[in-house]
Amino acid sequence: MRRLKEIYEWVNRRVQLQDFVVEETTHPVPRKTASWWYVFGSASFTLLIFQVFTGILLALVYVPSAGHAWNSLQVLNHQLPLGWFLRAMHGWGSNFMVAVVLIHMAQVFLFGAYKFPRELTWTVGVFLLLLTLGMAFTGQVLRFDQDAFWGLGIGASMLARVPWIGGWLVQFMLGGPTIAGATLTRFFALHVFIIPGMLLALVGLHVWMVLKLGINEWPMPGRVVRRSTYIQEYKELVRKDGIPFVPDAVWKDIVFSGAILLAVAVCAFYFGPFGPSGMPDPSIIQTVPKPDFFFLWIYSILAFLPPSLETPFMLIVPVLAVAILVFLPFYAGEGEKHWSRRPVAVLAVMVIAIAWGTLTHLGTYTPWSPHMSAWSSDPVPVEYLEHRTPLERQGAVVFQNKQCRDCHALGGVGGMRGPALDDVATRLTEDQMIRQVLQGGGNMPAYGKQLSPAETTALVRFLDTLHPSGQPAAEDTSQQHGHAPQPASP
Amino acid sequence: MSHQDPVPDEPKKETDSKQDARNLSRRWFLVKLGVAFNAAVGLAVTVPVLGYLLGPVKKHGYRSWISLGAMGTFPAGETRLAEFMNPSGHPWDGMTAKTACWVRHVSEEKFQVFAINCAHLGCPVRWFAQSQLFLCPCHGGAYYADGSQAAGPPERGLFEYPYKVVNGELMIDAGQMPTLANEARLYQIDGKDSKPCVG
Repeated sequence: MRRLKEIYEWVNRRVQLQDFVVEETTHPVPRKTASWWYVFGSASFTLLIFQVFTGILLALVYVPSAGHAWNSLQVLNHQLPLGWFLRAMHGWGSNFMVAVVLIHMAQVFLFGAYKFPRELTWTVGVFLLLLTLGMAFTGQVLRFDQDAFWGLGIGASMLARVPWIGGWLVQFMLGGPTIAGATLTRFFALHVFIIPGMLLALVGLHVWMVLKLGINEWPMPGRVVRRSTYIQEYKELVRKDGIPFVPDAVWKDIVFSGAILLAVAVCAFYFGPFGPSGMPDPSIIQTVPKPDFFFLWIYSILAFLPPSLETPFMLIVPVLAVAILVFLPFYAGEGEKHWSRRPVAVLAVMVIAIAWGTLTHLGTYTPWSPHMSAWSSDPVPVEYLEHRTPLERQGAVVFQNKQCRDCHALGGVGGMRGPALDDVATRLTEDQMIRQVLQGGGNMPAYGKQLSPAETTALVRFLDTLHPSGQPAAEDTSQQHGHAPQPASP
Repeated sequence: MSHQDPVPDEPKKETDSKQDARNLSRRWFLVKLGVAFNAAVGLAVTVPVLGYLLGPVKKHGYRSWISLGAMGTFPAGETRLAEFMNPSGHPWDGMTAKTACWVRHVSEEKFQVFAINCAHLGCPVRWFAQSQLFLCPCHGGAYYADGSQAAGPPERGLFEYPYKVVNGELMIDAGQMPTLANEARLYQIDGKDSKPCVG
């Protein structure tokens, strides 16, 4: 033991880091910041280091070649002992890292930590978020399966909308005219060199500023940030009620980081690695590409934008959103920090969280997409065929054959692009149905050219039987009038 | 700005005494000279690096005529999936060297060759012969048999490759992923870009 101490001291006399490290780690922090609310930043950092290590371990096997990447993942998943576990930990580590970074951001926002003098810490943090998302996206590309391939196609199609230079940007991003080998090597370089390098450098700066400016104090209602007095007040707070960061506050960081890593490992063990889905063969079109969890909300937004708004939205909103985040501390650098005095801030977080959650949820079952196989795999419910005439049953066959089912559900099964048709007869008269089927409209294609008159008649007769037993089918009032008994003359 | 910023400055180190100010200025001159020299070298190196980085960006370089096979493999009146190899690929492209397209044989030597990519965001559209529609799995874009927009988010019809028939073989002018921005713009189908009807 004494020998070890001698070696340590011999090294320290040469490296001379001990004083610096001791000073920085034992610096006093406000007592109330030794809180479980203050553990997300350190957990993000732990996850980053974890991702670097698991990433390097995967790089021992992964082949960044369009012709071999997918196969090398199969080897990792199925042949190499515990290769699946490493992939799973890197994949789940990625999800946890994005989640923890977002929570960290929401927390520092609600605690007003971006205000004077920590403006730049926040701004660097915004770029750290963007880089983290960049890692998540490029990591998904390296999986190089069908989702990755067509995800790149979506990215290229969005980039192509940039005025004037869109076409160039696409070729620059893809490394050529198509998504192929040159694309994968680019994204490999981004994922393992460029973005991690920037991340580590900016994390260093971010942490450095936290050390130099001090951790954000626990906000109190009425304690207002003023440029002229804040530094003095903070110093006073730390002097009067400070505790050393190590060990009084750091133990919570350590425990939480350990818990997060354990959670990653447990998820990895129980749920396994992400994909790869089908091999990236562009001629296999039986595919339903979908982005990873943290990009589902974007996928959903793109389904709901009106075509005329889409390009401006894609090009302007992201720039605007980043600009708002970057410049937020310069707009609101002073004032109240406590959330109870910042209703707009709390409302903003809630609106964003709810919108994000809703869009992500929609993205998990994509109601806007046709169910491509519903027409051949989901039969018409038997009760919709009972007591029907042969012509009406023929209509049910037309209904299936013409793939109406891909967009319209019956009995709760089928596409959700269009309305479910279980009670369509109560909403539309026969004539209205014919018009809708032949001419389309309201986001439905026109089937006038695809249906013979006999098919149309059969189809509409079938649809006209779709109403609850106690509720009659809708009828045209003008025709009703023709059948109506003459009012008795006075 | 800094005079209003109450963040305390870093403690300043005592600067060297002024006795060798002359030497100092000479050394500073040499430092500046060194920086300028490096800036010049940096610039000289950056230009070729930029050229290297922008290498894949070519204005007209990627398209060529590619055979999809004998005309007879595409029965008249039907729409079939065809595939071809990208003309400007690398040996390590693997299966991504392939590109698929939809060939609609209208009649005799009249064809329509559609890109597989949805005009919305590039996902692969599927042909449904029964309903005579192309449907996109991503956001539900739908197109009629002639490629024109039928429903969903796409703002135009399917991208169409120029084609010709040479010695009974169907050739298309292809080689780059079709997007809304291709300089060598593919045919516009729904007439948005075509000349307005006169009269």
